[in-house]
Amino acid sequence: MIKSLKTLSHDLSDPAYQLDVLNNYSESLRQQPKFKEKLEEVDLYPLRPTGIEIFQINVGYMCNMTCKHCHVDAGPDRDEVMTKETLEHCLEALRNSDISTVDLTGGAPEMNPHFRWFVEQVSDLGKEIIVRSNLTILTTAPKYQELPEFFAEHDVEVTCSLPFYNKSRTDRQRGEGTYDRSIEALKKLNEIGYGIEGSGLELNLVYNPTGAFLPGSQESLEKEFKRQLDRKHGIRFNNLFTITNLPISRYLNFLLESDNLDEYMDRLITSFNPSAAKGVMCRNTISVGWDGTLYDCDFNQMLEMPVEEEAPQHISEWNEAKLNGREIKINQHCFGCTAGAGSSCGGTTT
Amino acid sequence: MSDSYYNPKDLKKFEDVGEFGPELAEKFFDYYGAVFEEGALSAREKALIALAVSHTVQCPYCIDAYTTESLEKGASEEQMMEAVHVASAIRGGSSLVHGVQMMNKTKDLSM
Ligand code: SF4
Ligand code: SF4
Repeated sequence: MIKSLKTLSHDLSDPAYQLDVLNNYSESLRQQPKFKEKLEEVDLYPLRPTGIEIFQINVGYMCNMTCKHCHVDAGPDRDEVMTKETLEHCLEALRNSDISTVDLTGGAPEMNPHFRWFVEQVSDLGKEIIVRSNLTILTTAPKYQELPEFFAEHDVEVTCSLPFYNKSRTDRQRGEGTYDRSIEALKKLNEIGYGIEGSGLELNLVYNPTGAFLPGSQESLEKEFKRQLDRKHGIRFNNLFTITNLPISRYLNFLLESDNLDEYMDRLITSFNPSAAKGVMCRNTISVGWDGTLYDCDFNQMLEMPVEEEAPQHISEWNEAKLNGREIKINQHCFGCTAGAGSSCGGTTT
Repeated sequence: MSDSYYNPKDLKKFEDVGEFGPELAEKFFDYYGAVFEEGALSAREKALIALAVSHTVQCPYCIDAYTTESLEKGASEEQMMEAVHVASAIRGGSSLVHGVQMMNKTKDLSM
């Protein structure tokens, strides 16, 4: 079984080392402009929220898979899982807020032992719920196989990873057998109405490049995915979100091992797009870590960069006004969000 | 002086050709950009055509550029290899079809 960088005690499991690599690993990286300078040029520094709309909770780093590009360094060997107490704190914060959307991520969020209970609670609050599913989990144990019906019952939006419309590239990134199991799960979701016009059950796919290149046009890739998946498997879905791989964690490891880091950073930086910078997701999202720590986004979470000190640090100290006034923490990895058409958990940002 | 004819880094300097003649370069790059826009053919189809042509003109810069471009536009390895085979078939075929001329001439000259 492939192990996480953390279990391997790999150098790159240290966030400080990752940031050092991004800034100083080579002459070319040292000479690159800093993200802060690029924001200054377009009058966006210091970067501030426009108002929290999305409450993203990372309910744990445990996952049934160990994908090569995972920015979470998730895997079956990770045991960080959000407790019921911390989930209660999240509910308390949501009860006192106008935030419309709750986005559940991981790891495989379904593997949190309180997952169903929590979805029910959030659903009772009348919030929109997004579950980021890796699809394969829905084909494992019976308790996971039953989830599509449970999702439909609570009107959960299912947003799932499928990096490519064929087996070879999907399996190379996510592990042998992933494509076939993903297709099986998608068929099941389609069967109960997900992704089918008029059902009101939304099924979105997430595309991320399977190598050291950037995503092409979201619209055009969506068309191609729809054509290919329909032709080969009769599968339907609503939207395709293209996401740029951020150069951290296991994807950073891939860039280093394949000697693509300088070139990739150069691509990201020369593709800096001011309107994408304006729309970065940290401006309308707050990210809650498995232990309740608050972050500007899931990437900053993995780099252990919590929200600035003047803002509440933990979900139990929730104060939306203060969080809305915070300065967002940035570093060189942020160039992944601002390249080309921009990238966020909901796809492009321009 | 450079010790080889092709340097991968030169690809990024393509637009610098404007240094010795900005007006024509500008016209060329405007045209180039317009050619590759999404049109009656999708940008992905155009990238695949460019990939095939790159192999025909055997330009290493173009091959690098349009391999990346094809991947980004969502082409699969199978599609990319088929595009190269199309180039190869036309190239081979264009040699072979001249065999007819050879045969004609041979017949003209022969008893
Ligand atoms: S990318 Fe998603 S499915 Fe893959 S290991 Fe990471 S969390 Fe799990
Ligand atoms: S990495 Fe996070 S903090 Fe940086 S721009 Fe992207 S969303 Fe914002």
